[in-house]
Amino acid sequence: MTQPTANCPNCGAKIIFRWSSSVQTVCEYCKSILVRTDIDLKKVGQVADLPPNSSPIQMGTEGIYNRQAFVAVGRIVYEYDQGTWNEWHLVMNNGSAWLSDAQDEYVVTFAAPGRKLPAECRVSQRYTWDNETYTVTTITKAHYRGVEGELPFQYWDKQDVVFVDLMSTNGKFATLDYSDETPVLYLGQSVEFDDLKLKNLRSFEGWS
Amino acid sequence: MSASGPNPPGTPQVKALNCPGCGAALTLRSFSQAVTVVCDHCHSILDAQDPRLTILQKFKADVDEYPPLIPLGTRGTIRGAAYEVVGFQRRTIHVDGIPYSWHEYVLFNPYKGFRYLTEYNGHWNDTSILRSLPTVNNDVSPATVTYLGGNYKLFQTAKAGTSFVLGEFPWQVRVGEDSDVSDYVSPPRVISSERTGKEITWSMGEYIAGRDIWKAFSLQGNPPEPVGVYENQPSPLSADTTALWLAFVGFLVALVVMFIAFESSARKEQVIQGFYSFNTNVRGEASFVTDVFQLKGHTSDLELTTTSDVSNNWIYLNYALINQDTGQAYDFGREVSYYYGYDSDGSWTEGGPTDSVAIPSVPPGSYYLRVEPESNFGHGTISYSISAKRDVPQASFFGLALLALLVPAGLITWRSMNFEHLRWAESDYAPADSNDDDTDNPDKPISLGNIFGKGSDS
Repeated sequence: MTQPTANCPNCGAKIIFRWSSSVQTVCEYCKSILVRTDIDLKKVGQVADLPPNSSPIQMGTEGIYNRQAFVAVGRIVYEYDQGTWNEWHLVMNNGSAWLSDAQDEYVVTFAAPGRKLPAECRVSQRYTWDNETYTVTTITKAHYRGVEGELPFQYWDKQDVVFVDLMSTNGKFATLDYSDETPVLYLGQSVEFDDLKLKNLRSFEGWS
Repeated sequence: MSASGPNPPGTPQVKALNCPGCGAALTLRSFSQAVTVVCDHCHSILDAQDPRLTILQKFKADVDEYPPLIPLGTRGTIRGAAYEVVGFQRRTIHVDGIPYSWHEYVLFNPYKGFRYLTEYNGHWNDTSILRSLPTVNNDVSPATVTYLGGNYKLFQTAKAGTSFVLGEFPWQVRVGEDSDVSDYVSPPRVISSERTGKEITWSMGEYIAGRDIWKAFSLQGNPPEPVGVYENQPSPLSADTTALWLAFVGFLVALVVMFIAFESSARKEQVIQGFYSFNTNVRGEASFVTDVFQLKGHTSDLELTTTSDVSNNWIYLNYALINQDTGQAYDFGREVSYYYGYDSDGSWTEGGPTDSVAIPSVPPGSYYLRVEPESNFGHGTISYSISAKRDVPQASFFGLALLALLVPAGLITWRSMNFEHLRWAESDYAPADSNDDDTDNPDKPISLGNIFGKGSDS
């Protein structure tokens, strides 16, 4: 598979898209946020320095979910009252998924368009999607802190965002993203670190 | 194919900082995962996410008052993974004005995140945040929760306050803050719910022996002796005695099969039968010997049956079974008595016309019986018969075997029930007959829930 390449319109560095469907990426050199147009890349913004983060996952971390190999090609960093968390953009054979890492608690989700979604939620309300009943456990007010790598959509001018987390009684997990006017649903499940069989992880001083 | 560009993410390092309150050195062991960190020098609770380490709260405590049993910075292995103790807190509930406290240790691994050890009165639990939602059923008393197929009974609900903190926490910790803790037990596990405001955090603890923790963290000395029975302490006798009784039934069936096999394969060979009469009107020696009879085969029992026509009378027979060749004698006496009559309650009888006895382990050989009857003088002639059978299975032996099976099973069941009784006597749902008197029971175990920060927040 040939990877689409281009040059950064800001600094001229070579930009390689690891995933052909990526819509946005960040220049590794000048941190310009670049959006793909039909022919060229357009600079839409600049990433400020990302906050210190100790997610063991990094760009290029590989793993396996539901017998499908994935690689982390991008991320969105959010900040909330307990610090920061990462939404890692995973690329699999058949599309993209998200691996959320909040204080080393891991959740894999997939965008689930086309479901009926509530306009707003309160804690302990219940919703059923795909024959699975979910209960609202937390509503998190957060703000966008930065992006890295490739994303399947344009994401760079956000401010405050609201996430609604829902859990089922058998490990299934749902997130409603209320950042935009129309909410977006993600469905997936909590995962054990060991089950993801991650490779190319970060190393931590004093830990092998 | 590394994605790291010119600015690789770098290797997170353990941070050495200084407390803005007193200047003392601070270590951040959980890299940037901690939300709060406590200065053990001046007891300032600091915002670990803020590079300036803003002081969030200061509390008064004598640090030596509650030294953690596992010092901060100690590493150990839990379920195959290395964890470092990064935080410690003491939590307290008040029951009738009396404070009861337990301790929680925050453990950290940079890949697997946080887990917790809790300790109360020498009882330890290995605790993690639940990644699935339990189902609560409040329609029964005590209430229950179902979690991944398991059923847990509500043990206790209490308001728990944080009374002392040390080190790092993955949530906003404050001294003096309360939360409502409910513990649901299914030994060796306990599911705890913690409610702070609207948010409920669920966690699961599994009972772990103190000595296993001492081994896992290579600690010196011995863990504190556990006091009393703890809410989710597994019964040393296994609370579930179903398996025991299933085994009992299995052995019982085997026993019955054995009995039937013995019964059907036994020879039950009649070796002698004789009819005699004893004239009680004649004084003097009435003893006699029988004909010699052969006992064949292997060493086995001999069942001797005495039948008599005694009516409101008795006959006593002194027997000797004598081996003709060796002279070895088995002496024994048997009585046949039969009484009957009428009284205000109606008719009654006592005794019967037949007596049977087994002489065990008689070797093969030629034997005869020496018989000497006795009875009341002057009651006419008593007729009686003697018969002996070789190799007769004795039901009483099987009865003894049954007892040998029943006694331990019953004893274990009783002790196990007693253990469960001690456990539940300390709960909010103590049975009515327990002596738990909440006002003056110093050993009253308390809810050992866990304030843990929120779960994932994607």
